[in-house]
Amino acid sequence: MAEMKRVCVAGAGVIGSLFAGHLSRVAEVSALVRRDEHARALEEHGLRVSGRADFTGRVTAATSPDELPEPDLVIVACKSLDLDSVAGRLAGHWPNATLMTVQNGIGADEVIARYGDWRLLVSVTFMSGTRHEDTHVEYVLDTATWIGPARGTTPADAQAVADLIVASGLKAEAFDDLRPAQWSKLIFNATVNTVAALTGLRHDPHFAALAEPSDLGHLVRALMDEGKAVAAAAGVTLGEDPWEMNVLATQRGSAHYPSMLEDVDARRPTEIDMITGSLVREAHRVGVPVPLHETMERLIKAKEESYK
Amino acid sequence: MKVCVVGCGAVGSLFAANLATLDGVEVWAYDLAQAHVEAINRDGLRLTGAGEVLGRPHATSDAAELPPCDFGIVATKAMHTDAAIAATAHAFAGGCVATVQNGIGNEEVLARHVERVIRGTTFPAGKITAPGVVQWDVQGDTTLGPFEEQPAPMSEIERLADACTRGGMPTKAVSDARGPQWRKVIFNAATNPLGGLTGLTHGRVCERPDLRRLASRLVDEGKAVAAAQGIELDADPEELIDYAARPEVAYGHKASMLQDIEARRQTEVDYLNGGIAEFGRRLNVPTPTHESIWALVKGVEASWEQ
Repeated sequence: MAEMKRVCVAGAGVIGSLFAGHLSRVAEVSALVRRDEHARALEEHGLRVSGRADFTGRVTAATSPDELPEPDLVIVACKSLDLDSVAGRLAGHWPNATLMTVQNGIGADEVIARYGDWRLLVSVTFMSGTRHEDTHVEYVLDTATWIGPARGTTPADAQAVADLIVASGLKAEAFDDLRPAQWSKLIFNATVNTVAALTGLRHDPHFAALAEPSDLGHLVRALMDEGKAVAAAAGVTLGEDPWEMNVLATQRGSAHYPSMLEDVDARRPTEIDMITGSLVREAHRVGVPVPLHETMERLIKAKEESYK
Repeated sequence: MKVCVVGCGAVGSLFAANLATLDGVEVWAYDLAQAHVEAINRDGLRLTGAGEVLGRPHATSDAAELPPCDFGIVATKAMHTDAAIAATAHAFAGGCVATVQNGIGNEEVLARHVERVIRGTTFPAGKITAPGVVQWDVQGDTTLGPFEEQPAPMSEIERLADACTRGGMPTKAVSDARGPQWRKVIFNAATNPLGGLTGLTHGRVCERPDLRRLASRLVDEGKAVAAAQGIELDADPEELIDYAARPEVAYGHKASMLQDIEARRQTEVDYLNGGIAEFGRRLNVPTPTHESIWALVKGVEASWEQ
């Protein structure tokens, strides 16, 4: 991969803003956003990062790729629900760029691949933040982003991007094969997000409680066991054990507000199709029954319908 | 005959008001809602809707005022059974106590406090619209039978059933009352929490094929637990689910668990899905879907304290 001097962040939500802000310290950063006023605000005020860091980065921004300089790297940081629309806007542009996905679930790179011949990297990110305004993001959890090769890229390409991200002040690590990490996170996310969204609980010690028969830990573990069986049948050796990730996360003290609960609280469509949906589709492909994940998927979809 | 209705909410009020219209039956209503008790003692207990009834039971929030009774009819929410019967048990030292509550496990709680217990299931429903006034939404049958471990004599069960029937609440006395009870608990456990967790009315739950299949999965697990005890359901809960989904029956009805969740009140899930899961565990019948639903609804209750 050529040297990465120019990075475009497509989708400037929490994760996109964290990348754009930090990377602006080591590269020329642009942001492809959906709203004109968002683009204007970024151009005018820059992007303020607070929390674990405190600075304001300079970014160029626009709502169309035509108005942005051609980047070496595009970080596709939109919600998984918006993947088709963002990839569609990128179609026909920047054939020499490498595109990196950061969406939850698995299969984001396959969606992007349908819109162009770009080289692709995949990643999962564990960092989190809070978006206060279009031009202000708070950096909350400084956990890493894991990057791996996909279509047309090598582990060295993943390493180059990880190095750039580390140089910008965020944490990142490159993997020869991201699937073990991706699957661990998918199983973790499909479980924690749906349980949180249906109960209204933030990710707190209830999720690891096993003392009483009706304690949630039993359901959490059973969901994770279904996911592990799917991964095993798909020939994937998991990275971290999702149950241990769950126990550790719930011992941290401050309960994380899972994004699917956030979506449900705001009566927005959730990412259920990309998270639990991708696990269930993979389960059907490899012939592993996942009745509990199907139950969660149905209940979340029905909850979305109740907004109408 | 002296009868005390313990827990005079909507269902308790249907029994209390109807029985109080009979000559020769003295009806007491024990309830902690002070305004309801005062209104009943001042103006009587009025039912409107499926039947127009004005009964004049003696209402009280003070269990010490209750005279010795021949019968108790317990109609509290299931989680209040223990406290309610502990307070009133003295009135039933020589009598028999029936439960007409939702779920399973209520008889066992009553049997810890009184000697002779009647297993009961009732289908009528309504809601309190003002103190002393109950809207009677749904008419329906009641079935009473002996609680196997600490049974009331069959002659006494027949005497109570006869009084209820004469009072306008059609009631059958049967030697095995588990069939209707399990039909109702399976119906409730398969539909109530789906509404509670998703926010959809009963009809909208049934309209979604994926959710309707989930309800069937819950029904099948419940049937397996009933069958393992040798219980013959008196009708198929599936039929009840589809019947209730009709526009003229309960399409737009918000399940009581959804009403509880919206009002952030403790639900009856421990006695519905929890009851089926507990029986399943004892009988070695797997109930993974009931267990999951139970945990989710308990999680919802826990979220109110977070």
